[in-house]
Formats: sequence, structure tokens, C-alpha cells
Amino acid sequence: MSDFQLHPVAATAHAAQVDTLFYCMLALTGTVALALAFLITFFSIKYRKGSNARRDHPPTQNRALELSWMAIPLLLFLGVFGWAAWLYAQAYQPAANAMTVFVVAKQWMWKVQHDNGRREINELHVAVGQPVRLMLASEDVIHSFYVPAFRIKQDVIPGRYTSISFNADRAGTYELYCAVYCGTAHATMEGRVIVMPPADYARWLESGDQADGLSSYGQTLYRQYGCSGCHDAGAGNAPALTGLFGQPVQLADGRRVIADEGWLREAILQPHANRVAGYPPNMPAFAGQLQEEELAALIAYLRRK
Amino acid sequence: MSSYLTEGPTLRQWLTTTDHKKVAILYAIAITLFFFIGGAAAVIIRLELATPQGDLVPAQTYNELFTAHGVIMVWFFLIPSIPSVLGNFLIPLMIGARDLAFPRLNLASWYIYLIGGVGTLWGMLLGGVDTGWTFYTPFSTMFSNSHVIIVVLSVFFTGFSSILTGLNFIVTIHRLRAPGLTWFKLPLFVWAHYATSIILVLATPVLAMTMVLIVIERLFQVGIFDPALGGDPLLFQHLFWFYSHPAVYIMVLPAMGVVSEIIPTFARRKIFGYRFMAYAIMGIALLGFLVWGHHMFTSGMSMYAGMTFSLLSFFVAVPSAIKVFNWTATLYKGSITFDAPMLYALGFIGLFTIGGLTGLFLAALALDVHLTHTYFVVAHFHYIMVGGAVAAYLGGIHFWWPKVTGRMYPEMWARVAAAMLFFGFNLTFFPQYLLGYEGMPRRYHSYAPEYQLLNVLSSAGASILAIGYLLPLCYLAWSLFYGRHAPSNPWEGRGLEWKTLSPPPVENFSNPVVVHSHVHEVAGEGAA
Repeated sequence: MSDFQLHPVAATAHAAQVDTLFYCMLALTGTVALALAFLITFFSIKYRKGSNARRDHPPTQNRALELSWMAIPLLLFLGVFGWAAWLYAQAYQPAANAMTVFVVAKQWMWKVQHDNGRREINELHVAVGQPVRLMLASEDVIHSFYVPAFRIKQDVIPGRYTSISFNADRAGTYELYCAVYCGTAHATMEGRVIVMPPADYARWLESGDQADGLSSYGQTLYRQYGCSGCHDAGAGNAPALTGLFGQPVQLADGRRVIADEGWLREAILQPHANRVAGYPPNMPAFAGQLQEEELAALIAYLRRK
Repeated sequence: MSSYLTEGPTLRQWLTTTDHKKVAILYAIAITLFFFIGGAAAVIIRLELATPQGDLVPAQTYNELFTAHGVIMVWFFLIPSIPSVLGNFLIPLMIGARDLAFPRLNLASWYIYLIGGVGTLWGMLLGGVDTGWTFYTPFSTMFSNSHVIIVVLSVFFTGFSSILTGLNFIVTIHRLRAPGLTWFKLPLFVWAHYATSIILVLATPVLAMTMVLIVIERLFQVGIFDPALGGDPLLFQHLFWFYSHPAVYIMVLPAMGVVSEIIPTFARRKIFGYRFMAYAIMGIALLGFLVWGHHMFTSGMSMYAGMTFSLLSFFVAVPSAIKVFNWTATLYKGSITFDAPMLYALGFIGLFTIGGLTGLFLAALALDVHLTHTYFVVAHFHYIMVGGAVAAYLGGIHFWWPKVTGRMYPEMWARVAAAMLFFGFNLTFFPQYLLGYEGMPRRYHSYAPEYQLLNVLSSAGASILAIGYLLPLCYLAWSLFYGRHAPSNPWEGRGLEWKTLSPPPVENFSNPVVVHSHVHEVAGEGAA
């Protein structure tokens, strides 16, 4: 029973804002609950059978009263809704300078790929004050990336990327949980987010296994899988990919999309359903051919290209 | 005139009865059995969680236990509880009818329910299911090695029992009301069951389809939900919660109906704001269909979808608030006694209010992101489903026990049981709110040591709660044989059901019923 704490550590500015919202709602709902408890107790005592309280004309309805206890809660609810939605929308938008880290979940571990090629399992090292955006993918079932100290959670869905952003402002080691039930050892699918001062983080990043950077691994795959044969030939039978990332793309089916991680993933795995307007349906589908880590590397390369 | 209990006493006659009152008792026996099976699973879960290490049962067994607890409690206890037992018994009595519109269909519903229940138990005896009651895909379709198909098919099958009961109630309430008993003279209990029936009929088919799709993907690898086969796992969540959120209202609306009968009776006055109460019931039923997405705020659904569902979820809280305020206002200028049904009803208001207010935290987007999938959610829905629905069910059982059995229950023991339920429940589930805010995820077989204190409190509360459930089982059984004979109207109740004998005759009423004014006023004459 060690380390008992009623209030979890808040290690991001967002977490502190969520706590403020929480305590305001606690005050609001607590007031309502106490007022009701008081009224019920008071009426129960005053109007107990046999008491000599006045009981003439007990009201059976009072439209003004009833409408007011519809309208006042509704207004309060709208206020809470707006506040919570605003905070949610803010957390949804990653900072412009956010560092992207790919995280792959599988039964029952977290695999992390940093941009410079450094990999880790069940640990995620980040720097204090550095906005981070995680691209989350699952190899099997649904998992959920949950760091209570950051007050953030994002389900990890097989077959697509989901993403989550945070900016830790306090060094320390924080629990990472899988929050969606994922099978036998779900409760042990835990990890740690280690938030380090920037200098320590830089040292950490350069130590350990010095694999090639994620994007150079992606470049290797890009040649190996024959992508370069068409996309770099300038022959006009495949769209050029240089500078494509983040740009709008007109698709053959009329959709207009942004070439972000999510769409690039789809375009690699299911090219026919994502054909760029003006190009023939030549590209083979890579669904089932690529590991999640390989996809992450390819996309990291395309980001740079 | 002989009572329905003495007419046709053999087992064969009971099992082939089409009397709504006897079918209600068949349901009561069956759901009680399932309640204690589901409860036994909860006992082992709470024992396991008394220590942080997973040391009582293996992880796989633990996962099967919480699945069994959820599946049994949701589909084989909570959904049928108040409608199929109290609703079945009371709706014809309250509207002055001889039986439900389709008596044989009513008996068929019970058999369908029972076959589904036996199928589920069979699946659990074969080795169990480890998917959680939510059957999330692709885990349930492609990854779980447990007996998913038999249980999913049993749930599918049982759904038809819900649909038929709902259909039966809708037709009965439309067609069989006594002359003069217009819609706005109906007891709120009947309104609540009308609204519930609409949900049963409209939502349950979606559950049925979803269960069939699980079976198709699991058996034939047709890509519906698993992205590896070209399916979409979020599609499953949308379909599942399209049923399972309204299912919460299937559990809680009838509970509100029960409480709306008990409180005016023991406060000895008319309910405050009858019309708004009826509108609120219908409002909850309709809005309840539009909020399923609030189970999916962290699922990767679009941000704007999240905002829409959040806003709609706050709207559904308004009619719930009206109900709580109106019950409270009904106490004003009453002449209140605190018999056991009233204690359960007041307990219901307290627990339902806490459950409802914490629901606001979960409807608030940024807070939900932190709280969803944690013990906060577990605490929230137990406050609604156990603190709300089970407390009301037990209150209703005590309230109408004299009518159903012709015997009085022992009042002192019943008050003790009601108090134990209230305190045991709070001790069990309030600590879980704190665990959730601290970040303990649900469905964890083992957990970090800092969560132990609150878990121990919760397990201690569960043992009090267990006694609060076992006590009524004992003294109610005792009262069947030794309880004082009940008069027709022991509570000076105002509904039509108190106008007939206790227990009622097979035909319910000796003379055709005609209603001249508001039910509650008519009956007031008889009570004077």
C-alpha cells in the first residue's frame, strides 16, 4: 500500500488544465448533490408522518419552477461542454514543431521507433518541453495508449494510424498503460514514458544501438520494394513523391486529400482505392506485405523526400 | 374467487401457463438464479483485486470471470429484471386488463430467454469467453481462443425475448387500457415501460445483427470488422453501442418507473410534475438513441463527431435531472413513512444522482479522454445499473411483494437489507471513482501497488453488499411461508393494482374496470 496518492502527478500543461476542469466540475456537481441531499433529508424530517408541519395544498406542478430547473442545468451543461470541447480540440492539434515518433502496439508490448533509428520496447524517452506527436499503429487487436500523468489516451486501431500529442513539462518517469482490453496478458502491457532534460535526452538518443535513421531505413526499403523504379523515373506513369508530404492531392475518384501519414499508409497498402488523378492503376497493393515498422520507415522517408 | 397462485399448481401447469402473473414469477426465479451466478463471478473478481499481484486465479480465468459477470448481469439479469418481472406482473393490473395482449408470446419470451441463458452458461462451462461483455473486434472475431460463438449466439437468441416482450407491452398499453384510462392518466410505471419497450423493439435488432456479423467473421473469415480482412473495427463499436447505450435506458427507465410509484405512495401525495415526468421518460428514450458515440471519444473517431456526441450527451442529462428534482419535490408537504420500499427508493435517488452527475464528467470531452477505460467508468455505470436499477428492482420487489405473494415481508430485516445495500454499495464503488482518476485501467488482473488501498476498500464494501443481497433472498423466502397475510392495499397505494385482492385472482379484477379520473385520484378514494 505504498505510494498512495489521491491525485495523480500532472506532467504536462494540458494535464493541469484537465485537472482545473475536473475540480470545477467537482465543485459544481458536488454542490448539486449536497443541495439535493440536504433537501431530501430536510423534507424527510419535516414532513415525516405525524409531524405537525403545515401540509395545505401540496403543489402538483409548477411550470415556472420546472422550466427553470430544466433551463439552468442546460446552460451549465453547455458551459461545461464548451470548455471540455475546447480543451479537447487543443489537445487534438499537434504543435507545429512536434517531433514524430512511431509506436507499434502488439499483444502485449509497445514498440517505439525514433526518427534517428533508435528503437525501444515498453519505454518511450522524450525531452522536457519538446512537443511530441505519436503515430500509433497496431499489429493485431485494439490497444489504447494511456499515460495518466499526461491525462491523455488514444486507442490504437489495427489497419490505420491514430495519433496523439503531448508536451511534457516535468522530468520524471511516468506509467504507460494499455487501456483497452486486448487479451490474456492485457494487465501486463505496461511501459514507462521517461521525460528527460534536453541535454540528457540528446545524449540518450545518440547512445545505444546506432542503427541508421528511420528515414534512411525507409530509403533502403523504397529501393528494395521497387518504389523508386516508377516514382523516381519521371516517366509519367507514377506520381513524383518529392515534396509531396503535407500537400493536397487530387484523387481519381474525386476526393481531395492531404498527403499525411494516414493517407500515405492507405495509398501504399491499397493503391487502387487511392489512385491519384491522371495516373494509371499500375501499382501493386502492399497490404499484407509490409510490417508496421517498415511502413513507418517508408513514411518517414517520404516526409523527408 | 381463487388466487392465481392456487390455480393450476402443478409444475407442468406452471411451465405451460400463459397468465402474465405466473410468467412474471418464472422470470423472477430465472433472473434471481442468474443474478447470483453473475454475483459469484464478481466475488472472485473482488477477491483477486484485494492484492496487486494476480495471485488468486490466472489471468485468463480472470478475463473469463469479468466477461461472465458482464454478459450474465447485462443480458440475463438487468435487461429483463424490472420489465419482465414487475412489468409483466403489473402492467395489466395497472391498466385494468386481464392479461397482456399476447399471453402465449409472453411465455415464449421466457423460454427464449431461458434457452439463451442456458446456452451462455454452457459456453462458460465449456471453458468460458474472454472478450469482455463488449465483444470488441477484431479480438473477438480473429484473436480470442475462447468459446465466443456459443455465447454470442446465445445473446443473439435472448434478444428475441426482449423484442417480443417489448412488442407485447406496446400493444398491451395501446389496446388494453380500461375504458376512461387515457394516456395522461397512466401511472408513470406504465409510461416508463412503454418507453423501454420502444427501445427494446428498435435497438435489440441492431445487437442481433452485430452478433451475427461476429459469427460470420469468426467462422468464415469474411472481412467485416478485422482490417486484416478488409473490415473496420470501429464499425463494430458503432453498431454495438447503438444498442448498448440505449440498453442502459432499458435498465434505468423501468427503475425510474418503480421509484415514481414508491415515492408518492410513501409520501402520501401525488407525484410532483406528472406531465413533465412522462415527457422526460420519452425524452430520455429518444435522446438515448443519439449518444452512443460518447463511448468512442478516444477511438480515433473524428474530433467533430466527438463534439457532436458530447453535446447530445449533455442534452440527455436534462430530462434525467428533471426526474430527480421532481422526486425530491414530491417529498415536500408529504406525510412520509420510511418502510423498506421507500428506503430503497430514496437510496436510488442518491445513487442515481451520483451516477448521473459523474456521467457529466464522462460526457465532457477532455475529461473523458483521461477517464474512459478506467475504473471511473466502472464506478459510473455501476452507480446507474446497480445503485439505480438493482436498488429500484429490490424496492419494487418489496413494494409489490404483498400483492404478488399475498404475504408481508419482515419490515425490520428489509430495512436492514436496504441500508446494507446503500452503504455496501457506496463503499464498493466510490473508491473506484478515485482509482479511475488516478489512472487505474479497468479489466486489469494485476495492478500497481499504489492502487491497493482503494481496491481493498472496494472489496470490503463488496462483502457488505453481498450480505445486502443475500438477506432479502432469505427473509423473502421465509415470508412466503410464515409472513403475515397481506391485505389488498397495505401501503394505501393509489394505483389500480391495489384495488384487487392480494394475491390477485386469475382474472385480475372481479368486475370490469372503468376509470373516471386520474388513476391516482380514483385509487385515493379506495385508500381513504
